[in-house]
Amino acid sequence: MKLTRTKAFKTFADPAWYDNPINMQMLGICSALAVTVQLKTAFVMTLAMTFVVSMSGLIISLMRRIIPGNIRIIVELAVIASLVILADEFLKAYFYDISKLLSVFVGLIITNCIILGRAEGFALSNPPHLALIDGLGNGVGYGSVLLSVAFIRELFGSGSIFGFSVIPESAYAAGYEDMGIMMLAPAAFIIIGLMAWVQKYLANSRKS
Amino acid sequence: MVELVSIFLNSVFAGNILLAYFLGMCSFVAVSKNIDTAIGLGFAVVFVLTVTTPVNWLIFHGLLAPGALAWAGLPEVDLSFLKLIVFISVIAAMVQAIEMIIDRFSAALYAGLGIFLPLIAVNCAILGGSLFMVEREMSFIESVVYGFGSGVGWLLAITAMAAARIKLRYADLPSGLEGFGITMIVTGLMAMAFMLFSGITM
Repeated sequence: MKLTRTKAFKTFADPAWYDNPINMQMLGICSALAVTVQLKTAFVMTLAMTFVVSMSGLIISLMRRIIPGNIRIIVELAVIASLVILADEFLKAYFYDISKLLSVFVGLIITNCIILGRAEGFALSNPPHLALIDGLGNGVGYGSVLLSVAFIRELFGSGSIFGFSVIPESAYAAGYEDMGIMMLAPAAFIIIGLMAWVQKYLANSRKS
Repeated sequence: MVELVSIFLNSVFAGNILLAYFLGMCSFVAVSKNIDTAIGLGFAVVFVLTVTTPVNWLIFHGLLAPGALAWAGLPEVDLSFLKLIVFISVIAAMVQAIEMIIDRFSAALYAGLGIFLPLIAVNCAILGGSLFMVEREMSFIESVVYGFGSGVGWLLAITAMAAARIKLRYADLPSGLEGFGITMIVTGLMAMAFMLFSGITM
């Protein structure tokens, strides 16, 4: 059996590319955009988000037979909120500067629709190992969009990648200027809109 | 007084919680298809933000902030790491309580807002309002004004978006741009317009 045919691979690849959580499901864009001014913050945000979505999937899937149906949302929120607190405290302890830049947006992972959506839609009805892989796939899909937006914004907004300048001094001397709009909120909306357009166009042309 | 007016104006325009901080996007994209539901949800957000932000202020400064438990003989206890889980529970409980109160006292208002209230418990704008209130170290009265102003800003943004999407129905868009793509681009243009207000100082 080829690797790409296994159930585990499909569980990973579907959310990471085919049903990418940002473009296709339109979920979880809330906290995604505010941290995309720099690649560094976007990368840390991706790690935090992947940790929370995969661990919450694993824990909720382990408990799926003992969670009573009518209070399941509260149980899920409690699991997710505890994991977010863990991630937030970890960042404050070891990466204080970055946690200052991320400000409230790590906390807002709690209300990210992807996580509750995966807990409800996948972890409650699937075994733990698949729920963990599904969470990782969603984290990677989320991260790929986040990092591409951050790449465009940092490259054109401040002429650097991960904080290293890549635009040569001679270009600035010749009159090149960084685009101030890339640092502001509207650019993120427009970039995400254009990316959704490309992805949907490709999906449409594959169908026909 | 002037500071309060400037907090209000900033939270409605230049620091709009949706257009400058990206909070509440999920319901913004999903609900702005229809103008009546958009306005209904907008008012529900104004209402819930105005109530939950001050309530969370009281809880944070009365129980969770460093040194807040001095009255109980525990001056060095710092429970502020619990704020995330406490705030989300307070919001869920407040939404539930507001829903019951409205149901009891005003059938007309319940018919208008009732269906939107459960949606709001997981709207990031509500939790974001409370977290920004803590981060910016506001006083109680400032938190009331900030909560109300953020709600009004969100209401303005979603109403404008719903109105723009009515016009977009008749637009001939290239394949793939319809729906989510064009919504985001229009939001970006709207965010640019709202940014112009940042030059105004009191």
